[in-house]
Amino acid sequence: MTRISQDDSGAVVIIGSGAGGGTLAHELTRRGIKVVLLEAGARQSLASFSQVPGDAFAQLTWLEPRTISGTTTVAQDYPTLPSWTCKTLGGTTVHWTGATPRIRPWEVRSRSTYGAIPGASLIDWPIEYAELEHYYQLAEKRMVVTRRNGNPGLPASNHFKVMYNGAKRIGYKRVHTNYMAINTRPADGRGVCIQQGFCVQGCKTGAKWSTLYTEIPRAEATGNLDLRIQCRAARIEHGENGLATAVVYRDAQGNEQRQKARIVCVACNSVETARLLLLSESAKFPHGLANSSDQVGRNYCSHTGGFVWGIFDKPINFWRGTTLAGIIEDETKHDPKRGFAGGYHLELAALDLPSLPLAGLPSTMWGRDFAFVMEHYRSMAGMFINGEDLPRATNRITLNPKVKDAFGLPVANIHVDDHENNAAMRAHAQRQSKALYEAVGAIRVVNSRQTPATHNMCTARMSKDPGDGVANAHGQTHDIANLFISDGSALSTPGSANPTLTIVALALRQAQFIAAQMAAHSI
Amino acid sequence: MTLIPRRDFLGASGVLTGLIAAGSPLALLAPSRAWAIDLKALSSTEGATLMAVARTIAPHDKLDDAAYALVIQSLDADAAKDAQLLRTLRDGSRQLGAAFASAAESARVQSLKAVETTAFFQTVRAKTLGTLYATPIAYAYFGYEGEAFSKGGYLLRGFNDLHWLPEVPLEDSGPVPGQS
Repeated sequence: MTRISQDDSGAVVIIGSGAGGGTLAHELTRRGIKVVLLEAGARQSLASFSQVPGDAFAQLTWLEPRTISGTTTVAQDYPTLPSWTCKTLGGTTVHWTGATPRIRPWEVRSRSTYGAIPGASLIDWPIEYAELEHYYQLAEKRMVVTRRNGNPGLPASNHFKVMYNGAKRIGYKRVHTNYMAINTRPADGRGVCIQQGFCVQGCKTGAKWSTLYTEIPRAEATGNLDLRIQCRAARIEHGENGLATAVVYRDAQGNEQRQKARIVCVACNSVETARLLLLSESAKFPHGLANSSDQVGRNYCSHTGGFVWGIFDKPINFWRGTTLAGIIEDETKHDPKRGFAGGYHLELAALDLPSLPLAGLPSTMWGRDFAFVMEHYRSMAGMFINGEDLPRATNRITLNPKVKDAFGLPVANIHVDDHENNAAMRAHAQRQSKALYEAVGAIRVVNSRQTPATHNMCTARMSKDPGDGVANAHGQTHDIANLFISDGSALSTPGSANPTLTIVALALRQAQFIAAQMAAHSI
Repeated sequence: MTLIPRRDFLGASGVLTGLIAAGSPLALLAPSRAWAIDLKALSSTEGATLMAVARTIAPHDKLDDAAYALVIQSLDADAAKDAQLLRTLRDGSRQLGAAFASAAESARVQSLKAVETTAFFQTVRAKTLGTLYATPIAYAYFGYEGEAFSKGGYLLRGFNDLHWLPEVPLEDSGPVPGQS
C-alpha cells in the first residue's frame, strides 16, 4: 500500500471517494500524480454488502446529524434525514441505482432558455454542450452504459411492462429500460445483472458501476494512491498567499491529522462540500473558503418529484428486477404551455417492503388509507418523478451552531422553500402518472411527497461570472487556484437527469485540466 | 421476539400475551400458539394501549397480534434506555386513557387525530412503520420475497412472468441474459 508523507506538499488531496472523487483519483493517479484520498466511511465489498434492507441502510448511509428548515414537506416528513447520502468507500455510487440519462442541451442554457423567473437564481453553464457531450461519451464508455455505444438495454421486468404499456396508451413515445450503468453482459471486470432488485443495498454481483470496485482499486494499482478510509475532513487550511496548503482531518481513532497538499479537491457530496468550505473560515476568508461571492451553499438543488404508486388488482411483484430500469423521456422538454419551465423524467422505481412505509409514503398517511397501500404490496407499481429543480439563492446549506457533530463541529442545515414552478411541475407529473396507471387498470394511484434528496447539487456551482458562483468551468474555485470542486456541487443547474453520469463526465474533464496545469507548473 | 411457550416475567415491568391464529404462517414458526413478551419499562396496560395505537396506525386485520407485539417490544427496549422516551410513552398512553385499547376503530382514529403532531404519536408511528414491515412475519403476510442474491436473483425466478399485459418490444428493452 502506497504511503504519502503528511509533510509532502506535492500531493493532490481528494476529499470523498464517490462518483467525482473516486473517478478523479483514478484519472490523476494513472497519469502518475500522487493522490491522498480521504474517505469518511469504511470499506465494504460485494461480499460484505448486507441483504437486510435496514442493515444495508445503516451500513452505507451518512447518519450523522443534519437539520432542515423551510416550507418543503421534507422538513415535516424527514426532519432527521433531510438528505440521503452515503458514508462508505465509493460514496453514493454504492447505493445509487445506476441510472445515467444525460443533461440536455437547453438545460445547460436554462437562464437563456427559460428567461428570468422571479424567485429563481438560474444561470447558464460556463461549458458548451458540445464539449460536455464529448465527456458524456467518455463517461458512458467507462461505465458501460446500456443503450449507448451498441450496448443492449436491460430486459423488461414485470414492473416495467406495467409502466411501458401505460405510457404507450397515453401516447408517450420515448419509453425504454433506461440508460443504466449496469452490465447486461460481462464487461469492465464486473458481473452481470441477475435482476435482484437490491440495487440500493449495494450490488452483490458488481453489475452496477461503482468507484468502490472500479476506479478506486485501479487507482490503488498504479502505486500512486494513498487511500485513507474512516478519515473525516474537518477543515482546509491556506497560506498567507491565500492558496490551500493542507487538509485537517480526524482519523479512524478520532485523532486530528494534517495532510499537506499541492491541490485540494472537494467531493463530499453537495451538502458536506458546502459545509466543509464554510467550516474552513479564517481571518483571511471570514465567510469560508472560496466564498467571496457569498455563493457557497446557496442555490442548493435536488430534483423535483417524489414517488407515484399505481395500485392494481393483479400481481406485479415489483421488487423483482433492476430497481430503476425504466424511463419516459417525453416530458423532458421546455414547453411553457404545460405551466412551468423545464422538464422531468419519469423513472421506474420500486421499494423493498421495509422501506416503502418509511421512504415512499407521506408521514401524514396512516390508518386504513395507508394499510390499503401496504396490503397491495404484491400488486403495486411505482415511478419516481425526476424534474428540474429551480435554484434559489435562499435555498442553501448553512452551518447550524445549535447542533454539533461528534467532533464538536456545527452540522449542516438545509433550507428549502419549494418554488411554485416546482409545485406546478410536480402536479403535472402526478396527473400524467395517474393517467398512465389508470390506462392499464389501476384501482388507485397514490403520491408520495418530496423524499429525502439522493440528488444533491449546485451548492458550489460553476459560473462564468465569479459573482454568480464558486468555481469556473473546470471546477477550479474562482478565489483559490489550487482548490477544486469535484462533485455534484459544481453543477451550474441540476437539469432533469440523475446526476452521477454528469459528475463522472466533469471529473474526467477536470482531471485533464489539473494534470495539464500541474505539468505546466501553473498550480 | 422470542416466542416462548410459557412466560417468565421475573423482573419484568409488564407483559403482553396473545394467541397466534390457527392457520397463520407464524403458527409454523412458533413452538406454541401462545406467546408472551416481557416488558422491561412499560406496564401491561401501557403495552396494551400502545398495541392498539400501532394497530390503528397500520390496521392489517389478518396480521397477527404477535407482529404488532414486536413493535411494542422494540419501543419498550428503547424506553428502558431513555427516560425521556419512557415519559413520552407513559404520558401519551395515559392521555389516550385506559378505554382506548378496547374502543371501536373510529373512536381510536379520532383520538389519534387529536394527537397526530405530538412527539408521542410520531414516535409510535415511526417505530410501527420501521418495525412492523421488517420481520419475517410481515414478509410472509405481504408476499415480499426479500433478498434473492443467494438464489441467483430473480432472473430465473419470475422477474418477467407478468402476462396480463403485452410484452415490451426488444427495441425498448433488451435480451434476457442466457436467452437469445
